[in-house]
Amino acid sequence: MSKKKAVIRSDMTRAQWTWKEMKKNWVAYLMVAPYMIIFTMFTVVPVILSMVISFTDFNLLEPPNFVFISNYTRLFLDDDIFVIAVKNTLIFAAIVGPVSYLMALLVAWFINELPPKIRAVVTLVFYAPSISGQVYLIWGTLFSGDAYGWVNGALLNLGLITKEIAFFEDADYVMPLCIVVALWTSLGTSFLSFIAGLQGIDRSMYEAGAVDGVRNRWQELWYITLPSMKPQLMFGAVMAITSSFGFGGVVTALCGFPSVDYAAHTIMHHLDDYGGIRFEVGYSSTIAVVLFTIMIGSNALVKKMLSKVGQ
Amino acid sequence: MARKLRVRKHKVVLNRSAGGDVGITIALSILGAFMVLPMIYVIMQSLKPLDELWMFPPRFFVRHPTGRNYRDLFMLMNTSWVPFSRYIFNTIFTSVVGTTGNLFFSSLAAYAMAKIKFPGGKFMFRTVRTSLMFHSTVTAITSFIIMSALHMVDTYWAIIVPAWATSLGLYLMKQFMETNVSDAVLESARLDGATELQTFWVIAMPMVKPAWLTLIIYSFQDLWNRGSSIYIHSEQLKSFNYAIGQIMAGGIKRAGAHAASLVIMMLVPITVFVISQSNIIETMGSSGMKD
Repeated sequence: MSKKKAVIRSDMTRAQWTWKEMKKNWVAYLMVAPYMIIFTMFTVVPVILSMVISFTDFNLLEPPNFVFISNYTRLFLDDDIFVIAVKNTLIFAAIVGPVSYLMALLVAWFINELPPKIRAVVTLVFYAPSISGQVYLIWGTLFSGDAYGWVNGALLNLGLITKEIAFFEDADYVMPLCIVVALWTSLGTSFLSFIAGLQGIDRSMYEAGAVDGVRNRWQELWYITLPSMKPQLMFGAVMAITSSFGFGGVVTALCGFPSVDYAAHTIMHHLDDYGGIRFEVGYSSTIAVVLFTIMIGSNALVKKMLSKVGQ
Repeated sequence: MARKLRVRKHKVVLNRSAGGDVGITIALSILGAFMVLPMIYVIMQSLKPLDELWMFPPRFFVRHPTGRNYRDLFMLMNTSWVPFSRYIFNTIFTSVVGTTGNLFFSSLAAYAMAKIKFPGGKFMFRTVRTSLMFHSTVTAITSFIIMSALHMVDTYWAIIVPAWATSLGLYLMKQFMETNVSDAVLESARLDGATELQTFWVIAMPMVKPAWLTLIIYSFQDLWNRGSSIYIHSEQLKSFNYAIGQIMAGGIKRAGAHAASLVIMMLVPITVFVISQSNIIETMGSSGMKD
C-alpha cells in the first residue's frame, strides 16, 4: 500500500501533490477557517501592521508619511524616558520572570508528594491570587501611605519609624513593592502545568534511580524529575516570560500613571502613553516592535538555557 | 519478589531525609503565608465596621464583624448613573458569548490541526504557538486601528470577537487532543462513513471534556476580570470590573465597600476553579512544548 502511494507521488511535482492533498482535505480548511481568520485579523495582522507603521509618522488623523528609521533613532537617542522604561522593564522581568518560575516549580515539587486532598487545597492557596482580578489592590491598603495602612501602623507601633512612609509615592519603594505584588499574582498557568507534569512522571523511574545511586531528593530532581518534564518546563517558561512583561496594569493601579519620578515606568507604560494618550501611533508602534523583539528574544534565550537541564 | 515489595515500601529507597522534609515544610509555610495573608486581609477588611477600618494601630483581624460594607456596596450600586445591573449584564454577556465562541472555534481548529494531516496545518499551529510568546498589549494599538476600520470600536464585538480566537485556548486543546484522542477510534468512525465534522462532534469532543473545561475557565476568567478597555468608551458598555474600580475612586469613606467589592469579584473565579481543578490539571498534563 505504502509502496504504491510512493510511486504515485513520484509521478507528480510537489506542487501538484500539495494541491491534491489540499483538495482531499478541504474539510480541514473549513474547520480552521473561523479561528484562523479571527486570529489573523487580531494577532498576526496587528504585529505586521506595527512593523510597517513604525516606519511612518502616523497619528490617526493625517495620512501617514514614510519617515524611514527616524522613529527608531528618536527612541534610542532622544527619548530619556524610554531609557528609564527599558531599564525598569528589564529589571522587572529579570526578577519577576525567573523568581516566579522557580517559585512555581519548587512549590509544585514540594506539594507533589502530599495526599491529593491536601494538595488540592495548597494548590488553591497558591493559585488563587493570580485569578482573583483586582484583589492585588489590597496591597495598596496594606502599604497605604497613612498610619491606617497596616504596615505603617505596625512599624509605627514597634517604634521602628517615627513618621509614616508614603510607600507608593516614594521612588525608592515603588519598584520593589511592585515586584513583590507581581510575584504574588504570578503563580498562574505555568504553576498548574508543573503540577500536572510532576504528576505525570512514572514512580518507577524514581525507584530505578534510587537503585542506580541517586542519593538525595535534589539529585533526583535534577537527574530524573526535571528531564522528564522538559516539555512542561518549556511551556511554563513561555508563560512566565510573557506574563513577566505584562504587569503594566498592576503597576498603574498601585502607583498611578506616571509613577513617581518614573520609578516604575515600563515599556508597556511608555507604549500606552504614546499610543493610548498622545495618539502618536507611528512612534508607539516603534515602541511595540522593540518590546515584541525583547519578548521573542528572551524566549529564544531561555529555550537555549533549558536545553541544559539534567546535564 | 517479597523482598522487592518490602524495599519499595521502605522510605529510604526514595532518599527522603527528615531534614529535607522539615525544610520543605517550613519553606512551604512561609510562601503559603505570603500568598494567603493578603487574601485573608481583604476578607477581614470587608467585614470591619467603620471604626475598625480607621483605627490606630490597625488590626489584622476583625473584632466585631458586620455585613454593613456589603449593604453599602449595594446601596452605592443603586445610586450610580448607569444602573449597576447594566455593568453586570455587560460582563456576563461578553464573558458568556466570548467563551462559547472560543470553545467552539478553538476546538474545531484544534481538531483539524491535531487529527487531520493537511498542507499548512503545522505552519498554522507554529504561528499560534509563537504568539504565546508575546503579550497582547504589544498589538493593542494596531488592533484598535483594525477594529475602527471594521466599525467594531465601542461595541460588544470589540471585546467578544478577539476572545473567540485565543492562542492559549487553541494550544491547550490541540495538545490535549493529540495525546487523548486515539487515531484508531477516529479511523473506524471514518470507515463507518462518518463525515469529518461528525467525527469531531460525536467522537472527539466527548473525549476531551477536561480540555473544554480548562478552556472555558481560562476564557471566562480573562473576560470576567477585564477592566476598562481602549475599545469601549460608552458608559453603558463598560464592565462590572471597571464600575467596581469607580467605587474605590469615591474616596476613603468607601474603603469598606471597596474591600467588599473585591471579595465579590474574586469569589466567582475561585469557586469556578475549585469545582474544576482536577480537570484543569489533567489538561495541563499535555501542555508541554516538545521542540
